[in-house]
Amino acid sequence: MNLRRLFLILVPYGWLVALFLIPFLIVLKISLSDIQLSIPPYTPTLDLSEGWEGFKAFLAKLDLENFVFLTEDELYWKAYLSSLRIAIISTVMTLLVGFPIAYGMAQSPDEWRPTLMMAVILPFWTSFLIRVYSWMGILSQEGFLNQFLLWTGLISEPLTILNTNVAVYIGIVYTYLPFMVLPVYATLEKLDASLMEAAEDLGCSRTQAFWLVTIPLSKSGVIAGCFLVFIPTLGEFVIPSLLGGSETLMIGKVLWEEFFSNRDWPVASAVAVVLLLILVIPIVLFQRNEQRQREAGQ
Amino acid sequence: MAQNTKSDIFNPWDDPGAEPLIRFSGVTKRFGDFTAIDNLDLNIFEREFFALLGPSGCGKTTLMRMLAGFETPTEGSITLEGVDIVPVPPNKRAVNMMFQSYALFPHLSVADNIAFGLKRSAMSKPDINARLEEMLRLTRLEQFAKRKPHQISGGQRQRVALARSLAKAPKLLLLDEPLGALDKKLRQDTQFELMDIQEKTGTTFVIVTHDQEEAMTVASRVAVMDHGQLIQVATPAEIYELPNSVYVADFIGDVNIIEGNAKPRKGGKVELHWSEGQAPIIAETSRQVTEGDSVSIAVRPEKIAISATKPKSVANAFKGQVLDIAYLGNISTYHVELPGGQVIKAQTANSRRLERRSFTWDDSVWLAFSDTAGVVLTE
Repeated sequence: MNLRRLFLILVPYGWLVALFLIPFLIVLKISLSDIQLSIPPYTPTLDLSEGWEGFKAFLAKLDLENFVFLTEDELYWKAYLSSLRIAIISTVMTLLVGFPIAYGMAQSPDEWRPTLMMAVILPFWTSFLIRVYSWMGILSQEGFLNQFLLWTGLISEPLTILNTNVAVYIGIVYTYLPFMVLPVYATLEKLDASLMEAAEDLGCSRTQAFWLVTIPLSKSGVIAGCFLVFIPTLGEFVIPSLLGGSETLMIGKVLWEEFFSNRDWPVASAVAVVLLLILVIPIVLFQRNEQRQREAGQ
Repeated sequence: MAQNTKSDIFNPWDDPGAEPLIRFSGVTKRFGDFTAIDNLDLNIFEREFFALLGPSGCGKTTLMRMLAGFETPTEGSITLEGVDIVPVPPNKRAVNMMFQSYALFPHLSVADNIAFGLKRSAMSKPDINARLEEMLRLTRLEQFAKRKPHQISGGQRQRVALARSLAKAPKLLLLDEPLGALDKKLRQDTQFELMDIQEKTGTTFVIVTHDQEEAMTVASRVAVMDHGQLIQVATPAEIYELPNSVYVADFIGDVNIIEGNAKPRKGGKVELHWSEGQAPIIAETSRQVTEGDSVSIAVRPEKIAISATKPKSVANAFKGQVLDIAYLGNISTYHVELPGGQVIKAQTANSRRLERRSFTWDDSVWLAFSDTAGVVLTE
């Protein structure tokens, strides 16, 4: 019985160790190394055949030089700040678009809900890359959107949308919308309709009831949705590189360039470690807050 | 109470001059093809504890939701103190509702739940707090004020829901199956608590229930509904003793319904010929019956005496055999089969200990009831 429990606990921990902790330690090690034109493109490398002395020499060669470098070159902290800004703005925009969709789904008749749910999930059936490329076709100078707007006479000159931050926001909101809609819908759907009636019965208008009852009770879904959008958006690479322009500065793109254009693995690893730290801090704070609420609730 | 005189009895419905608080006139409610309420007229008076009783789907909940403002009648009018409330939205009505699920706001504390309606009104903060204290005291929830709904018991949640709906001092309080979620013992205690609170606050209560015992216990008047119509509206005692139809007699409590053909007799009595080879049942009635009418007689089991020998000087006596005994502790119900195959239920109080019970299975017994025990019903 105990062995069985031990096994059940070991599976997720083993998974985490093998696929998260060990790769992270490797990246951390590389971030403390120096660039070198070789294979692998960094030094030192750990050679266990030299024994304890060799290991000590190996440790002595590790330093925080790359992290210092990140603070010295303004490209990096600007890229972090810009990523944070883009991630926060797109999370808010996704919430503004996603909440009404989720609310509409939750209010719709029961027999419609599976269809609507399907409509939200359906884009996942097509490759993510193809969908981003389609946006290029829609947003470009000669794209569908501009052609349509020119045809309606709303504009006389085509708009420049592709290769700007606007295109990045559109791409992010479009791509991450289901991650916002689904958790928000899950909480709204569970809401007892009689709660709204009770609020109305006690003197609220429909709008007041919405703000006083529906919004506070959907808080957990909104928070979950925001995290599901914010976290991947912060390190997003594909959308800014395909839809964004030269002005779009995001850390995911910087990371890619360090790895593949500069082949500077140590600096790229340092960028990745800092990105992870930026993400871990809010997640830990959020978890603590949740736990405190749960404890206070008992 | 000894000083209670006849005039103290609360019965505004018998006073033709009394102005009802609520008046339904010709109210019909249709949902598509389905008629939930069918051309219904009803008066409810101030300070009444009025029960809507009926099986599920009989329209009682629709009737209540129309009072709360969540449904509008297809036809007819509903007035509150003489004012038509049909166009008034729920948040503007002096009517509050206690929901079946309680519908307590899970993110608010007990105190905030109770004060929710007060905060939506123009009341000042000190007044709100005073009213909140009063409500907490009334429902004995003082020490739970800061808890969240999920941190209190079902009975306490029920009291929070009641306090919240009473806080705004509505002219009319609607209770939708208020005790449905409580276990039987707690339900009985709570029924008395409800009556107590109703008396203290003087609010008019309308309760919806499918539990006839509950309706009988709490209500000043009971309306028995079926298929969107009121079958009988009367005091619990009248409903029980003088049902106006087989439906009501059968719905409320245990009853023997015996069908047969009527033959009027002198002195307001009627003979019911109900079975070949059996003497007719004799019953008093004020109803006009003509010979050969098909009528039913409803006799409550507790009004039928059971004995080993033939009782003397009783209007109706029949011999039969004990088929089954349902022992309920305080009472026993005997199912007695007559020679014609009919089964009659008779009830006796178990004033003796069980082992000294007079009858057992397959015993030959006599059933007897007076000519006033049964009610003659023509529909």
